[in-house]
Amino acid sequence: MMQVWHFSEMAYHPGWESLPDGLRNVIPSRVYDPEIGADLYHRYLDEWALCDRLGLNIMVNEHHATATCTTSVCTIPMAILARETQTARLLCLGMPIGNRMDAVRVAEEYAMLDVISRGRVEMGFVKGAPFEINPANSNPAELEERFWEAHDLIVKAMTTHDGPFNWEGRHYHYREVNVWPRPWQQPHPPIWMTVASPGSAARIARKGYVIAALNTGYIHTPVVYGAYRESAAEAGIATGPDRFAYLCIIGVGETEAEGKRRAHQILDYSRTTPRVQPQFFYPPGYSPAGPTAAMIRGSERLIQRRDGSSFPMQDGTVEDYMAAGVAFAGTPAQVVEQVEEFAAAVGGFEHLLMMGQGGFLSHEDTVANLTLFSEEALPTIGGL
Amino acid sequence: MSLVLFLHGEHFTAMGRPFLDRLGAGRELHAPLYPGYDGAPPDPDFRSVDDLAYRYLDLLEELDARDAAIVGCSLGGWVALEMAVRDRSRIGRMALLAPVGVKLSGREERDFADLPFMREAEAARALFHDPARWAPDHAALDEAAVEAIALERQWAAWYAWKPYMHNPALAKWLHRAAVPTLLLWGESDGFALPEYGRRLAARLPDARFETIPDAGHYPHIERADATADAVLAFLENA
Repeated sequence: MMQVWHFSEMAYHPGWESLPDGLRNVIPSRVYDPEIGADLYHRYLDEWALCDRLGLNIMVNEHHATATCTTSVCTIPMAILARETQTARLLCLGMPIGNRMDAVRVAEEYAMLDVISRGRVEMGFVKGAPFEINPANSNPAELEERFWEAHDLIVKAMTTHDGPFNWEGRHYHYREVNVWPRPWQQPHPPIWMTVASPGSAARIARKGYVIAALNTGYIHTPVVYGAYRESAAEAGIATGPDRFAYLCIIGVGETEAEGKRRAHQILDYSRTTPRVQPQFFYPPGYSPAGPTAAMIRGSERLIQRRDGSSFPMQDGTVEDYMAAGVAFAGTPAQVVEQVEEFAAAVGGFEHLLMMGQGGFLSHEDTVANLTLFSEEALPTIGGL
Repeated sequence: MSLVLFLHGEHFTAMGRPFLDRLGAGRELHAPLYPGYDGAPPDPDFRSVDDLAYRYLDLLEELDARDAAIVGCSLGGWVALEMAVRDRSRIGRMALLAPVGVKLSGREERDFADLPFMREAEAARALFHDPARWAPDHAALDEAAVEAIALERQWAAWYAWKPYMHNPALAKWLHRAAVPTLLLWGESDGFALPEYGRRLAARLPDARFETIPDAGHYPHIERADATADAVLAFLENA
């Protein structure tokens, strides 16, 4: 049964025009108007709250020092929505645990949310985008190692119920780890991780966690999912489609043109991603030397279409992104057909992470997009 | 002169070769590459400048060095200072080329330019007097050469990411580095300004401060002969 999750980055799009030199890291916050920002926060929260009535689940994330995403603390919208919603599941994808210096605090935040929501939390752990290293000042050459130590500590902290334990690791030091409350879900809320490479997919497979591929399209998604399936099989772990998630842009409308127009507007999320000074994309040691070297040399960020051709990320049209399998757009029936075709091509997934709002897409359009999707696409897509 | 130990900087180690040829001519020169920089990943527990300092103190002991001369460039200068405050018994003199490692400014100032978060061209201007001549043209280099640059950056982060390029505790122990020391600075250094070098010299018990014109942070690369002349003159006057 396909589960659909609505995701928005809570963009501060009113600031985009005044930031010609990039939308991340070094941008001055004087560009941000708190009165406009407050209105935006409330409307994005309203859109998420609407999901509860539409049969959609909720996905939040976090980024730092950016006008593309003003969710700088992912557990804040989660906390508000834990009270405002009754049935929707609440996914954070995710918490950048390798950049968060206090891992026990992460366990406490997730546990508290899980209890308040009566067991509706899905715990995402992510390494975070390369430009997140700069605001966190975390050592990029140790990120992978720190990420997994944080993971181990958080899981142990959430599943230990007999009083304090000791943790003196390489990156985290606590002599008395004792997390209250214990989580609602036992042994702990489901864990999700995002993947970009076959290597990390393999490691996550051995844990049996849900993996999410973000905008990886027709070409790269099967590679990542394939690595996961292979490693899980080797480890003797059964993998159903519920272990796989895919994040994409979705625009539906009463007409094909209206759906595409909505997807086009949401796609400013993708188009603005490369609007960052290039050095923030390759902090030393974040990626292996090969890919880092390519970025030092100044390679352009490209998206591959299904036929293997490619286009620059910052100026792809809605048709380009549809050809890549990153956007699905049109009438509800057309979108269902496109998602079915994509799911079949990549080997199937049960979690459709739908970016239903992005960039300048207005509140009215977002409500219409989510409502129409829920009423006319979800009943069919839910049976995939 | 007793043996010379050269401790390399964080970037462009290969470009220091002409300087090392001068330094090693007729002398016993040891110029080890640090773990990681030598092509093998370091032991997971080996990841600090302290570790480097102890490793090369061990080396001086293994070599049974007497009055060793240490020449340290930038990160290597920091390693040399960490060695000297621990055990100067085998160290005769030190010639340090724009060493980093000591925090002299306040908490809201930076002694060392934030290279990893500067644009490539801006970082090149900070590092070189004449970047057009000396800074690598990444687009023109082959893939392996740019990968080598990426790896040097990775190991620099491994050893010196946070606190950035310094040990907050080192300043208070500098009185222990009581060996004759030359601090040699490129006049155009934009990574660690010459003014920082002057202040550092004033904090050391027995240091002399000199500059090299037409050179940036790596005077031994941009002015190999002039730098070798100044270093050798200092070491040989022992």
